[in-house]
Amino acid sequence: MQSVWAADAPTAPSLVGVDKINSGDTAWMLTSTALVLMMSIPGLALFYGGMVRKKNVLSTLMQTFAITCLVTLLWWVIGYSWAFTPGSRYLGGASRAFFNGMTFMHDPDKKLSVSHLALTIPESVYAMFQMTFAIITPALIAGAFADRMKFSALLVFMAAWSLLVYAPIAHMVWESTGWLNLAGVLDYAGGTVVHINAGVAGLASCLVLGKRLGYGKEKMAPHNLTLTLIGASLLWVGWFGFNAGSAGAADGRAGMAMLATQMATAAAALSWAFAEWISRGKPSVLGIASGAVAGLVAITPASGFVGPTPAVIIGVAAGVLCFIAATSLKHVMGYDDSLDAFGVHGIGGIVGALLTGVFVSKEISGVDGSLKQVLIQLMGVATTVIYGFIASSVILIIIDKTIGLRVSEEQEREGLDISLHGESIE
Amino acid sequence: MKLITAIIKPFKLDDVRQAVSEVGVQGVTVTEVRGFGRQRGHTEIYRGAEYMVEFVPKTKIEIAVDDVLVDQVIEAIAKSAQTGKVGDGKIFVFDLAQVVRIRTGERDSGAL
Repeated sequence: MQSVWAADAPTAPSLVGVDKINSGDTAWMLTSTALVLMMSIPGLALFYGGMVRKKNVLSTLMQTFAITCLVTLLWWVIGYSWAFTPGSRYLGGASRAFFNGMTFMHDPDKKLSVSHLALTIPESVYAMFQMTFAIITPALIAGAFADRMKFSALLVFMAAWSLLVYAPIAHMVWESTGWLNLAGVLDYAGGTVVHINAGVAGLASCLVLGKRLGYGKEKMAPHNLTLTLIGASLLWVGWFGFNAGSAGAADGRAGMAMLATQMATAAAALSWAFAEWISRGKPSVLGIASGAVAGLVAITPASGFVGPTPAVIIGVAAGVLCFIAATSLKHVMGYDDSLDAFGVHGIGGIVGALLTGVFVSKEISGVDGSLKQVLIQLMGVATTVIYGFIASSVILIIIDKTIGLRVSEEQEREGLDISLHGESIE
Repeated sequence: MKLITAIIKPFKLDDVRQAVSEVGVQGVTVTEVRGFGRQRGHTEIYRGAEYMVEFVPKTKIEIAVDDVLVDQVIEAIAKSAQTGKVGDGKIFVFDLAQVVRIRTGERDSGAL
């Protein structure tokens, strides 16, 4: 999300006349919002649901669905305000708690509130659009700890994480007073805020929780890759709302972001599949779907800053590097990032964030790629990795010491569908 | 009376059904099963995790026949299910003590 910089530009949400609203921008942002929500439900839910064993598919779908509901309410309570209103360099203020002051007045003034970060659309649309980002980010984490977290612990973890990790990082990177924004970190649609953030939290959670019972010994093959491919496809389509919607407008930059997204995704899907073909003998459905998601992740921070050719390079790099992370790195390191939340979102996000610094184009964004920009990007990456890892680990350890994080051995063997939800697909 | 049980390749089921019908078999029971023999299994790889699938999907058919038909049925199955490659399956023949047709109460040969 680029900031709007002008001498007299507002620095906080404010009231404007309805005539200041651009209906084309608003129409596109309403559409984008729906697309991004579709990425979580059912996109991500199916992507993950197909990858788990049959005894855990409903619990996996349930996690994404419940996170969607939970984060919606938290965004209303304080999340939006902490992320997107001016405050300190690390956290926004409380002025928009419970969406206080977010209005549309028909009579007599015909005024409504707009965010200082998107001046041509109603603030209700901006807050709702950003809500869908706040929803998918914690939902992504769930891939790392699939099949073994208590549902109660999940709700507490996600609530705490959304407010204590997501909101501050979003504020630091995207809000005008955030220190990473002021330092010049470029993150168009959330490579840092969404993907590195979720990936690192995933790594922390699979380290704190430990491996699944029988990991490395029992068969843990995906139970239905048809669901996974449908999920990946919905993510791909929805991602146009994510990246092109991050223009905050229906304009040329949104169009370029959409094109870059498509190029990077196709390149990454093929590069993962070819890497797999060369090193393991067969190009797999799970591989090409994973590669597409890796490309989507990596182009996210770059999408509004680069042209289509750099997008292809970013895609190829992400496909190969995420393939190595998901198929080799985690086995060498010995952690059980079950559905590769870190391997795809963490690594893909880092690849994209750094390459944004290389390929950012002055023609599109007013800044050119340079070593200095790469180092600024690295600062954004490092901040998110360090803060995200420590904060996530602390939250998880506190939950583990109080209500407990992990299901019992018996529940895990039986499967979370039956043991936590009393249902099954059999 | 004999009970003939055959484990065959799933895609051969239709050929086998046709072949045994032609020699006069009146009914066949089919079950989807898994197992291993000399064919062994195969390896599946998901994001670098290799799983050995040791039990291969097969189809089991069961046919109860009068003694006079046994050899013809065995031959029909063996011919129609054969591809010549490892994993074609096996035929087992058991003595059958009793048969009852539930609808009429007929017994043994009359019930076949």
